[in-house]
Amino acid sequence: MASTLFRTIQIHPFLLYPTALFSRRNGVLYCTMKSSQTQTATQEKQQPPKVKVPQHALKKTVDKITRDYEAIIGIETHVQLSTLTKAFCSCPYNYGSQPNTSICPICMGLPGALPVLNSKVIEFAVKLGLALNCKLSLNSKFDRKQYFYPDLPKGYQISQFDIPIATGGYVDLDLPLEFGGGHRKFGITRVHIEEDAGKLLHSGNGDYSQVDLNRAGVPLLEIVSEPDMRTGIEAAEYAAELQRVVRYLGISNGNMQEGSLRCDVNVSIRPVGQSEFGTKVEIKNLNSFSSINRAIDFEISRQALLHSQGQSDQIVQETRLWEEGAQKTVTMRKKEGLSDYRYFPEPDLPEVILTPEYVDSISNSLPELPEAKRRRYEKMGLSMQDVLFLANDMNVAEYFDATLSSGADIKLAANWIMGDIAAYMKNEKLSINDIKLTPQELAELIASIKSGTISGKIGKEILSELLAKGGTVKGLIEEKDLIQIADPVEIGKMIDKVISENPKQLEQYRGGKTKLQGFFAGQVMKLSKGKANPGLLNKILLEKLNGQS
Amino acid sequence: MLSTIQPPRYLSRFPLRGRTKSRSFHILSSAQPVTKTCFAADKSQILSIRDSLLNRHLSAVELTHSYLDRLKQTEPHINCFLHVSDPDKVLKQAQDIDDKIKRNEEVGPLAGVLVAIKDNICTADMPSTGGSYILEGYRPPFDATAVKRLKDLGAIVVGKTNLDEFGMGSTTEASAFKVTANPWDLSRVPGGSSGGSAASVSARQCVVSLGSDTGGSVRQPASFCGVVGLKPTYGRVSRFGLMAYASSLDVIGCFGSSVADTGILLHAISGHDSLDATSSKREVPDFTSQFTYASSLKSRPLEGLRVGLIRETVDAGVDSGVKSAIEGAAAHLEQLGCVLKEVSLPSFSLGLPAYYILASSESSSNLSRYDGVRYGNQASSDELNVLYEESRAKGFGSEVKMRILMGTYALSAGYYDAYYKRAQQVRTIIRKSFKAALDENDILISPAAPSAAYKIGEKKNDPLAMYAGDIMTVNVNLAGLPALVLPCGFVEGGAVGLPVGLQIIGAAFDEFAKHKCLLNGFFERNL
Repeated sequence: MASTLFRTIQIHPFLLYPTALFSRRNGVLYCTMKSSQTQTATQEKQQPPKVKVPQHALKKTVDKITRDYEAIIGIETHVQLSTLTKAFCSCPYNYGSQPNTSICPICMGLPGALPVLNSKVIEFAVKLGLALNCKLSLNSKFDRKQYFYPDLPKGYQISQFDIPIATGGYVDLDLPLEFGGGHRKFGITRVHIEEDAGKLLHSGNGDYSQVDLNRAGVPLLEIVSEPDMRTGIEAAEYAAELQRVVRYLGISNGNMQEGSLRCDVNVSIRPVGQSEFGTKVEIKNLNSFSSINRAIDFEISRQALLHSQGQSDQIVQETRLWEEGAQKTVTMRKKEGLSDYRYFPEPDLPEVILTPEYVDSISNSLPELPEAKRRRYEKMGLSMQDVLFLANDMNVAEYFDATLSSGADIKLAANWIMGDIAAYMKNEKLSINDIKLTPQELAELIASIKSGTISGKIGKEILSELLAKGGTVKGLIEEKDLIQIADPVEIGKMIDKVISENPKQLEQYRGGKTKLQGFFAGQVMKLSKGKANPGLLNKILLEKLNGQS
Repeated sequence: MLSTIQPPRYLSRFPLRGRTKSRSFHILSSAQPVTKTCFAADKSQILSIRDSLLNRHLSAVELTHSYLDRLKQTEPHINCFLHVSDPDKVLKQAQDIDDKIKRNEEVGPLAGVLVAIKDNICTADMPSTGGSYILEGYRPPFDATAVKRLKDLGAIVVGKTNLDEFGMGSTTEASAFKVTANPWDLSRVPGGSSGGSAASVSARQCVVSLGSDTGGSVRQPASFCGVVGLKPTYGRVSRFGLMAYASSLDVIGCFGSSVADTGILLHAISGHDSLDATSSKREVPDFTSQFTYASSLKSRPLEGLRVGLIRETVDAGVDSGVKSAIEGAAAHLEQLGCVLKEVSLPSFSLGLPAYYILASSESSSNLSRYDGVRYGNQASSDELNVLYEESRAKGFGSEVKMRILMGTYALSAGYYDAYYKRAQQVRTIIRKSFKAALDENDILISPAAPSAAYKIGEKKNDPLAMYAGDIMTVNVNLAGLPALVLPCGFVEGGAVGLPVGLQIIGAAFDEFAKHKCLLNGFFERNL
């Protein structure tokens, strides 16, 4: 690490402008932000590996071996809180801003600067603690975790050590049906508050690194799970559920690509039936739910293979990195004994005392959480497929709930949202918040079709207009004169007109080519501009075509 | 003993008095009679400066000139300052005050008061090094809250004073830059760590000064230099901008040549600060309205005040001269009407080891930020760990390194319970025993240090002897209490004798309220 870089920062702490490296990163990030919709692990776009590693034959044998072992998986998740300002100073934090533009003497660790806690951080921590069914510590405190690194300005991280703000909770989730479905409950060991460090930007040739302290001091909640998961998909779904919970709570954007939700996974395996744990390996650099899933499955296979070959001593306590390109984990660093962080209580911050009244008030303000929503949708009679689709994304769920509260039929509303609306969103790469159709109008549309005011076909047609341009169903029906024609006399007149204009086809029909009924029906529909009631039309048409024979 | 009192040689060699007019500007000399009891308002230089300025007896520029001249004359001999403000800028500020007065505009209560700031307190427009080579030339982008408040009230910062590196030491010899001398005897230390701030007030280079007190760093140098030193209750004054040594013990304190001046200074810097989560939200009572003048004094003004002399502080290990000065002071307090009794604090001797464990532990953490990465002196290296090691090896002095090592050890896994945790338990015991003693007594008294100022170099290579000198003061920091040190006598030494300070300890946040004695200066002697 050359001194030149640090010099730059020292001399112009507020004027460091982005390197080419960073702007390129910005470009990438911009794209990823666009596609930041909630997805379950399985819905996530599968990024095809650039290098194909596991050959099929090998995979089969590994699968066989894997069956003899049980994997034990625990996850440490860091959630970056979306507070307006950092945890201990009044700097705002915006992902992707120019390096070192959101810094102050406090988050830079200048001599004499002191931290003052942002009370929103406590509020968010309490919200998450309650949402994860934890026991809250009414008296907690902050501690200093000490180590040297250039991205850590004070030489210590303000964290919580022996008294985390929340402990002993659990999270409920439903596995996707593609993976066999099923309900799971995973334990939460603890939730604690800490501050984020800055970021090191390494130069392309490795000559120097630059320090960006924008992220230093941003509040994080670290969530430690119990070692309750057994497969990659369970772990990925656990992380996806945490993402849903933090988004439902509005405490984080939960975006993995931006690093707002970071998962470090611990994996060990043991022969089925054995009670003591094997040596655990930590995996980092997991930037999506599918990489969590695949990294764990890879790691389980790797360890199982070593076990089966009598080389279990090669499984050592280490940190491994998931390589997305190669689809494998590689050694990052071996642990050389336990590092001593010399924790001690942070003397600059008073203890955190929660009153029962405060906890109650937060508890009462919690929104309906994903698990409750899923159970409610299930009780409404929706299939698990529908339940998961609608409840996975908080915005979709809100949209669905709003449509229902405008009086729409449950199943019809679900079908419209999951069908035409979802397809439109996918084509246009929009989120449900971007579409112009309001839930109230969707309910109106459904009602109009149900009441026969417009035909289903016309309903679909005006839907795209409503989605793109907005407006009201009533307005559109009036403006375009789309009300269904259900008057038999009027329909009869149109039929007569079509029949008289097509004597040749009539002759062929009466000669036995009864398929031509479709032709007549089409012509009449065209004449009515699609407004004729299809049932009535066919009934009268049939009478007229056959009646004169 | 009192008959031997003369002004320090320095003061007679560089008399200031000729430059000032009238009685309103008290820079004392041998011409002034030595009285046993003086009174706050009469002795306050800040009040007399204000009086002189507002009555047009003296201009701020004249006043500033006189101080700057004296500073220029005396500084080469005493070495109080690591940085002296640009005289033109200082005079410009004085001129602005004069202009305002001329225009009959309101000026702040500290208008024209020249104040020196300990160099571990951040000042935006001048270097702040903490006395450490690692921060040589470092200029903070902000003023410490205490400094800002002083400036807002019209005070003029005259410079940054020398100290033991980051406040770690009791002699000011541990400064990376220079050794400050005691104005009473140039071969002696001024005490520390706020030696520069104490000596600058003692040598009349400024009116008042700010120091910091983690284990006695205001009170011991006040005692050594014969000035008044005030350590406020922990939390009374914002620490924002004070380079942290031991965060749970550090307080910014005040030096002045009278009790009233330190009180006015304290009042100016006290109160909650949204930038320091440990600063108290308690209201700061207007102490200046409680000033008493000599003319309004009763014969026994402290009638009924319960005073406890801490027995353990006058036991063995305390110089006999110091002991008799304290006993003389106690007798005098009785004459003023106090009810004197001895109190025992059995945990007193535990304070020193507990203090050195806690202070070292916190300092090992607080000084981690000085890594050469973002600011300060940086060693040149291509490798990160070497950069850290070299920057810190070259940047820190040996006393600082020793405390970092001790603190790192005490916080290490396996030792935490035996050292840090145990020291915290001791701290709780000490706090409780002081609480109990202060429930029964309005104030507690003790010497400020076991001896008067010693020779430069005398204890430099004997850290344990130096640490032992902190026995009188560290307990007060552990208990978070306010304490005042004021001159109460002399012992033989130097050319003219060496001052001895009396420490008066009050209950938490009682600096202003209950114990008039603490801040009203019923008990002051001219030096």
